[in-house]
Amino acid sequence: MGGYVLTADNPITGALAEHGVAMGGYHIGIHRPSGSTGGSGVAAARPHGEGRMAVITRGFGGRRRDNTDLPPGQYRTDDFPVLSAGPTPRIGLDEWELAVVTETGGRSTWSWPEFTALPTDEATVDIHCVTRWSKFDTSWRGVSVDTLLADVETAAEYVVAHSYGGYTTNFPLEDLLDGQAWVAYEFDGEPLAPVHGGPARLLVPHLYFWKSAKWLRALELRLDDQPGFWETAGYHNYGDPWREQRHWAD
Amino acid sequence: MARAAALGRLTWQPATVAAARVEAATARTLVLDVDGWTGHVPGQHVDVRLTAPDGYTAYRSYSISSAPVPGRLEVTVQAVADGEVSPYLVDVAEPGDQFEIRGPLGGWFVRRPDDPRPALLIGGGSGVAPLMSMVRAATNPSRLLYSVRSPSDALFTAELATTAAAADGRVAVTHVYTRVAPAGWPDPPRRLDTDALARVVWPRDADAVAFVCGPTGFVETAADLLVDIGHDPANIRTERFGPTGG
Amino acid sequence: MTTTNVGADDTPWVDGNALAGPLGEIIGTDLTVAELTCASCRTTRPLAAMRVFDRAPGLVARCPGCQDVVMRVVRTSSHVLVDLRGSLVLSLPAPTA
Repeated sequence: MGGYVLTADNPITGALAEHGVAMGGYHIGIHRPSGSTGGSGVAAARPHGEGRMAVITRGFGGRRRDNTDLPPGQYRTDDFPVLSAGPTPRIGLDEWELAVVTETGGRSTWSWPEFTALPTDEATVDIHCVTRWSKFDTSWRGVSVDTLLADVETAAEYVVAHSYGGYTTNFPLEDLLDGQAWVAYEFDGEPLAPVHGGPARLLVPHLYFWKSAKWLRALELRLDDQPGFWETAGYHNYGDPWREQRHWAD
Repeated sequence: MARAAALGRLTWQPATVAAARVEAATARTLVLDVDGWTGHVPGQHVDVRLTAPDGYTAYRSYSISSAPVPGRLEVTVQAVADGEVSPYLVDVAEPGDQFEIRGPLGGWFVRRPDDPRPALLIGGGSGVAPLMSMVRAATNPSRLLYSVRSPSDALFTAELATTAAAADGRVAVTHVYTRVAPAGWPDPPRRLDTDALARVVWPRDADAVAFVCGPTGFVETAADLLVDIGHDPANIRTERFGPTGG
Repeated sequence: MTTTNVGADDTPWVDGNALAGPLGEIIGTDLTVAELTCASCRTTRPLAAMRVFDRAPGLVARCPGCQDVVMRVVRTSSHVLVDLRGSLVLSLPAPTA
């Protein structure tokens, strides 16, 4: 069946369910009343559900957050929430491989020793998750995508990142060039943990973090754009946090 | 009319804390009053949504632990370290406080009152909560096997003892302690195993249905053991929750 | 244990039961009792028995047999999208009069 759209019959809040899982229950959803004001405290006061005013819960603050230097609708966190659409793939370093595949079928590959012998950058960046948390000053080490593409002949304008486990996400090629994107394999000076995308993940900090594909396996260069896992299911095709491009209509 | 009821059930509605009961060091039962609540089927859950003064909200699902009655329900919540909703429900909420709920929810992990089959209820930790609703509402023979770390972690201890001692013998209760057993307990602390299950499992021809609820690893182990000792996999219903959260 | 590569430090998942609220709110009926046939391994199970990864931008239900995605649910600012391309058949109990 193709994806189809169901219209909701009451005002919609933010993304359905985000980080956290409940004991004795299921999920944490961080819901922000959204809309044009982008989840500010003003928008939050609007009535929701059957026109009823929100019930404010005395004594509940949630995890604290502030709004300085944040993209619209984001909250700051000092945690590093783990978000994942599926089980964590376990890839042995002896079988790990990174590939760049061109539109003509050209293929460059790196084994783990070859990959980690490439020159690296250290990047300290802010990251912004579409589920509304932002984390400042995260430090990474990885190989610039410029380095991986240095010897690649291509007329492609788009890239699909493919992950171990089947996840995909898409970009205009220019968004991965000129020092904007890395394939990172250390976080905070340590090898990148599997739950955070290790052995190696894409890091594209100027876009929402779902674009920074965990467990990266291949970069596929394409002449045409091909929306990925979340981009085919309602999330924005480009995903600029500063323009709050969360969903299709944003 | 049925449609209106469904919409009421599936949209957020205010709940008021009527009372709170401490069940264990980090677990509490909240008694909630909800206008128009028509009761539930044992095993069902509600989604609980908390809203901060600035509009920030978070929600989780919690099993209903009470027997079905109109206008009122109980949820039994274990606080999760570093959780966001459960610490509020366990440590902060007081009678008179309000939040929102959506429910009752879920038509699969339920024991309907008109189901004549005997039931085997297997709970791990706070996973006993929906099974407690089934115990409290039981009209047919039921056996509860409750796996818990220690006596001080066990929920509903006094009530389960009373229930098990009732003259009608409708509900049998067995505890398995995994870390610390009470003084004089015949078995050393141990994980749920085939021996413990074999003691409570219904004979094959009883056409029993099994409900298993607890952390993911517990549920998978219990369900596999049940199949190993001959329980029909088609008559095993499970409800899992993740290893962390809150 | 059944076959699973979910380890102790891994992404938690919950049963499909957890979809009763988010889906019921928009569809008005309990979809967790519906049976889905996985497009990948062709096994049929109730939605309640699927594995739901909920710590993600949307809700992702996967077949517990082959781990492939059978349903994705995403809430945008104006719509709720239910993507069923991983399912061949969605079978619901007919309402009794």
